[in-house]
Amino acid sequence: MRNSHFVLAVLLAAGLSDPAQAGLRVVTTLQDLASIAQTIGGDRVETFALAKGYQDPHFVDAKPSFILKLSRADLVIVAGLELEIGYLPPLIDQSRNEKIHPGNPGYLDASTGCDVLQRPTQVVTRAMGDVHPYGNPHYWTDPENGRLIARSIAVRLGELDPAGGPIFKRNLAAFEARLTAKEKEWDVAMAPYAGANVITFHESWPNFAKRFKLEIVGTVEPKPGIPPSPSHTLDVINLIGRDHVKVILVEPYFDTKTPDFIAEKTGTTVVMFFPSVGGLPAIRDYFDLFDHNVNAFVDAMKGKGAT
Amino acid sequence: MTVAWLAMLACAATSAQDAPPPTPTPAPATSQTSSYFNPSISLIGNFLGVAGTNAVDNLPSASLRETELGFQAVVDPYARADVFVSLGEENEVGVEEGYLTFTSLPWNLLVKVGRMRVSFGKINSLHLHVLPWADEPLNVVNLLGGDEGWIGSGVSVARLVPLPGDVFSELTVQAFRGDAEGLFEAPKRSDLAFNGHYRVFADLSDSSNLDLGASCAIGPNGTSANAKTRLQGLDVTYRWKPLQHGNYRSLVLRAELFGSERERPEGTVKATGWFASAEVQLARRWWIGVRGEAAGHAQDTSIKDTGTAATLTFWPSEFSQLRAEIRQRRYGGPNTAGPSDYTANEVLLQLQFAIGAHGAHPF
Repeated sequence: MRNSHFVLAVLLAAGLSDPAQAGLRVVTTLQDLASIAQTIGGDRVETFALAKGYQDPHFVDAKPSFILKLSRADLVIVAGLELEIGYLPPLIDQSRNEKIHPGNPGYLDASTGCDVLQRPTQVVTRAMGDVHPYGNPHYWTDPENGRLIARSIAVRLGELDPAGGPIFKRNLAAFEARLTAKEKEWDVAMAPYAGANVITFHESWPNFAKRFKLEIVGTVEPKPGIPPSPSHTLDVINLIGRDHVKVILVEPYFDTKTPDFIAEKTGTTVVMFFPSVGGLPAIRDYFDLFDHNVNAFVDAMKGKGAT
Repeated sequence: MTVAWLAMLACAATSAQDAPPPTPTPAPATSQTSSYFNPSISLIGNFLGVAGTNAVDNLPSASLRETELGFQAVVDPYARADVFVSLGEENEVGVEEGYLTFTSLPWNLLVKVGRMRVSFGKINSLHLHVLPWADEPLNVVNLLGGDEGWIGSGVSVARLVPLPGDVFSELTVQAFRGDAEGLFEAPKRSDLAFNGHYRVFADLSDSSNLDLGASCAIGPNGTSANAKTRLQGLDVTYRWKPLQHGNYRSLVLRAELFGSERERPEGTVKATGWFASAEVQLARRWWIGVRGEAAGHAQDTSIKDTGTAATLTFWPSEFSQLRAEIRQRRYGGPNTAGPSDYTANEVLLQLQFAIGAHGAHPF
């Protein structure tokens, strides 16, 4: 009799305590999404990003090694808005993993509910370059969208791992509190530059500009996906003079030859500006990303020199 | 116990005040729901201009040699369909590939049923518009039945076989009807052609990787009731692309080696063929390439063809491509030009363009 009571007690204890935690395997396309998911999920998730923070997120190779990662994933988080259309669909199709197909619980489009800019309001054709017809997909460069992304992730993690629900909520609350505090810091640092005209290499920054009240008056690329041309570069030089532009923001995966040339002719400062976590070893999470970029921007505007 | 209940109540209260999850943006209104499930439709045009003379393979001076229409969509929770219709200039229409892929099977299996480019070697499974040259290499042309290569109708089963060190490998076994133009001919319905392909893909570093494949195929060749043609192939692809500046610099090295054994009443004919090529990216939109190739004829081992080529490719955008290929091919005699060896020097000028749904970038 005692033995059966003992066995019953052990079974009850096992039932009441947390089951052995295997950890949700989360694969994301961007390091930013992986960083936020890791913050929300803590020990209960294991994250992997297909694109490194210093590579162009439009042109990731669909390597078979990614198929292996996807075959074991419990959740795939994508930026959406066709940012990954050049490589992700065949990887998901070959993953042998039903859970992560679009529409299933293991597929999360992080753009849901975010403030997406540049949604087309008129006819869109590829004469405009490699346009994204659902809006500008670099929306995570606004920290308030980071907040919305974190909430979406917390909800989905809670659905996939109900036992972890309270932990995810707690981590989300901590993330949001820290984000609110940091946003105040960034707002204070950027406030003196509200209304400043800037040039960027590619159209990765409208969300950042909206948040910090910058005006993007032109891009070094004549059109998205088209490399700089002499005539357009001349236009940019003239634009800089007319609009009193002081900085050119360049993503780390572009050639700085043309921006450097423009800077030499106009006295502007070229700033290497990072769209993603992992762009530099020092940018380890979503907060580091804005810390780095805000400091680099402020230094450049103060004339303290470039990258 | 009371403390636990109170804690749970507190948690419930807190969750009631949590920020609501973001609401999805309403889908744009569509005028007719019947078009809502239209497939992704794409069209790729391939225009070829040829200068020089080649009496053995006399391509026209200018032609829209292939227009490929792609229709791709999910069928239901179990499968997706991919159909590629290939159109010539006049009266030539064919389904280059049209297959259902079952994406949700257990045991790491991926099953395709339909018409498909056979996974023999690496180049044979690629569509014309993703080749790094304006033509097919001699080992495919001579040993896999012609310019079109080997396209089969049947079933393909591919199983993921992860190797130690988390290395990707995949074993594919395919069964097709025993007819393939220039390659197989089935005396009876039950004569089928089979292909096996084993692929290993290893990341050597973040910027470089190696793709190795071994293929083995067998099928009826119709020269007698039980005559078979056996094929073996090895393929290797090395890619280097530094992640940070991958838009501007990269390198691809490729090679294939094929063997063919055709049983005939008079005896077995053996032939081999190979190509080796390099493509170097010089700038964001510019590539150069070189290729060496040689192959015997599947039906006559005494005839061997060799070739060399150099290419220059410019991509105005990712949706269009201009390529110039200077090619010399030496066809072993006897051939269509005459009893002896024949050398052809040509320039191939290719223009490709894509409209419609954004396809996957070739890898």
